[in-house]
Amino acid sequence: MNSHLSVAQSAMKNSGSYSSLEQLAAKASFSEKRPQKPLPILSRPIPKGKSEVSLSAFSFLFSEFIQYSLAKVNNITELEKRLSDCGYNIGVRMLELITYREKNYKRETKLINMLTFISYTVWRILFSKQADLLEKSTDQDDEYMISENQSLPITKFISTPREYSGLNCASFVAGIVEGILDAAEFGARVSAHSMPLEGQKQMKTVILIKFNPDVIARSNLTA
Amino acid sequence: MASKPNYARIGDQVFRDVEKINAELFTLTYGAIVAQLLKDFEDVEEVNNQLEKMGYNIGLRLIEEFLARSNVPRCSDFKDTAEVISKVGFKMFLGINATVTNWDPKKPEFSLVLEENPLIDFVEVPEQYQSLVYSNILCGVIRGALEMVQMSVECRFVRDVLKGDDASELKVTLKAMLEEEVPVGED
Repeated sequence: MNSHLSVAQSAMKNSGSYSSLEQLAAKASFSEKRPQKPLPILSRPIPKGKSEVSLSAFSFLFSEFIQYSLAKVNNITELEKRLSDCGYNIGVRMLELITYREKNYKRETKLINMLTFISYTVWRILFSKQADLLEKSTDQDDEYMISENQSLPITKFISTPREYSGLNCASFVAGIVEGILDAAEFGARVSAHSMPLEGQKQMKTVILIKFNPDVIARSNLTA
Repeated sequence: MASKPNYARIGDQVFRDVEKINAELFTLTYGAIVAQLLKDFEDVEEVNNQLEKMGYNIGLRLIEEFLARSNVPRCSDFKDTAEVISKVGFKMFLGINATVTNWDPKKPEFSLVLEENPLIDFVEVPEQYQSLVYSNILCGVIRGALEMVQMSVECRFVRDVLKGDDASELKVTLKAMLEEEVPVGED
């Protein structure tokens, strides 16, 4: 053991840089190099979340996924469901991440605050802009809508052919919203629709959120 | 003889100009896609192939955008190609720096070492899927893109951060230069 230590000390003097004792021992011994076991994922620090990739990289990936799903489904509703499920998992994870980073883990308990959180904070983080409009439906008590005057950045490059005209790839985003709401205990059914803007040819994208009855009852109690 | 353009600078410039999106959305979307593939196919090898195929389709179209945005002149040789992919290609789309190592003129082949990989943030591969090559889509993208510029290559991962290595390494081998086919009717 002593001889190992002295060899390790001289190795440290030679290398000049600080190494952990384990690495020194590995250098000093003549046995095979032990493969470094990676730090288990739950022990690693959470990254800052400032990194970006190009929009085209995401668009390519998204379009490949849609084409792959097209081959597996029989109709548009199933495709929208697949996109929505994909988004759901993302939404659940995004909620954790964003709450940790932006709000110091404070939970939203009021319905309207939750919706504001989604349309401002989540939108800002995902799409670098805030949602154009958040409104409550006038005739239904449990429906809210988040609207974008132009198509969402991720569906910008998607043009739907005539035979799929009912498809809206914003179902992916609807899935994200549904995942966030579900994980925050505001269960809802979320869907995406395109509606023509008044007087203009462009379509606006509307994310329709229909809350479950118990959520509405709860919010009426606490309001 | 004109000096070789500074690829790193070109890459940085193009990345500055493109529209960008949150990398974590990208990471999580890719994760959801891989999870979906694993659910659809029972066999991990089949998932690897599917990822590579998806990457191939992406590469076929990605090369056009690459050439249009970066305006990089024609590569003089395969080594130049390696530099362009690592400095301009990876930077432009994923915002990461890749390094070219192990250049072997005989085969010819080179290795791309990725210190960081936005696809694998937050990812840990469980025991039963150890043979999954998680980032295999990148291999397909390189293969598809190079095929559109008349190079037939083989691309595979030799080191993978998810399997315990300190960096990810892709080995790209040139198999053949493809002849440009003249469409029938033109002479």
